[in-house]
Amino acid sequence: MSAHDHGHDHGHAHPRRPDAEDAPLTRYMAMTEAVAALLLEKGIFSADELRRTLETIDSRSPADGARVVARAWVDPGYAARLLSDVNAAAAELGIDAGGIPIRAVANRPGLHNVIVCTLCSCYPKMLLGVPPAWYKSVAYRSRTVADPRGVLAEFGVELPEGVEVRVHDSTADLRYIVLPMRPKGTQGWSETQLAEIVTRDSMIGTATPAVPTKPTARKRKKAA
Amino acid sequence: VTGRFAAGSRVRVKALHPPGHCRTPFYTRGRCGTVLGIADRQPNPEELAYGRDGLPALPVYRVRFAQAELWPDHAAPHGDGVVVDLFEPWLEPLEEEGR
Repeated sequence: MSAHDHGHDHGHAHPRRPDAEDAPLTRYMAMTEAVAALLLEKGIFSADELRRTLETIDSRSPADGARVVARAWVDPGYAARLLSDVNAAAAELGIDAGGIPIRAVANRPGLHNVIVCTLCSCYPKMLLGVPPAWYKSVAYRSRTVADPRGVLAEFGVELPEGVEVRVHDSTADLRYIVLPMRPKGTQGWSETQLAEIVTRDSMIGTATPAVPTKPTARKRKKAA
Repeated sequence: VTGRFAAGSRVRVKALHPPGHCRTPFYTRGRCGTVLGIADRQPNPEELAYGRDGLPALPVYRVRFAQAELWPDHAAPHGDGVVVDLFEPWLEPLEEEGR
């Protein structure tokens, strides 16, 4: 029995993690709930259909985007089709990329792309899943267009002088995904192996795919 | 998809501030950029926002702005730029007046 094994009536309060309901209901939260209630009441869709849609959105993950990128790395013909129509190219792999057109922007030796949505938080959810909280932050949204190199440096991406940084602001009903460059040292890798190193951030542009350092190689570096 | 501006055209974003919803970021208004191409043709979001159909659909251009054009005070000494999706009515041609 530990010293902490006791009931709750012991004379002092423990700090508690706030519950979701502890934050005030904002105007837009209230509006969302009201609109949802109206749509349900009018029978536009059922509660189960709403739940199922949310569940489908939440089930998407960057693994889908990674599969698309890995295929583009091993198949130039596929890469060309991806650059002209991401939704159709994703469908070739059995991935439903949704109804909103997605455009792929390809990194190349002199060009690094990064995506942002300054007006709201548009994100290629169907290929990357639910966006990270920082993607929706005012800091990321405002600073990425004004000081992209500063933002990228904070993510650990240092680009040489000769590389153009191109920020894509998703202001219309289009979504963007970055097609990163295949890193050196991946010759002969299978598509599945390649997909494993394609991270969410590398498809946003705030990272570049890297080959994991082998423990032996790291040791050798340390010893040098 | 075709439109008024060809790839490579120099355009200026109208410095308008109409009331209501629009999808033209403030930081691009009055700024000059280069059309990279047409991304799509889409219903006008300024009409959609008020329950109308937004038709006819408008060409949406991908316009590239140099960092130095958008943020003259803290532009980096690189050829960096921002590409923004803009609806045709917001763009006007930039005549032979340089930059």
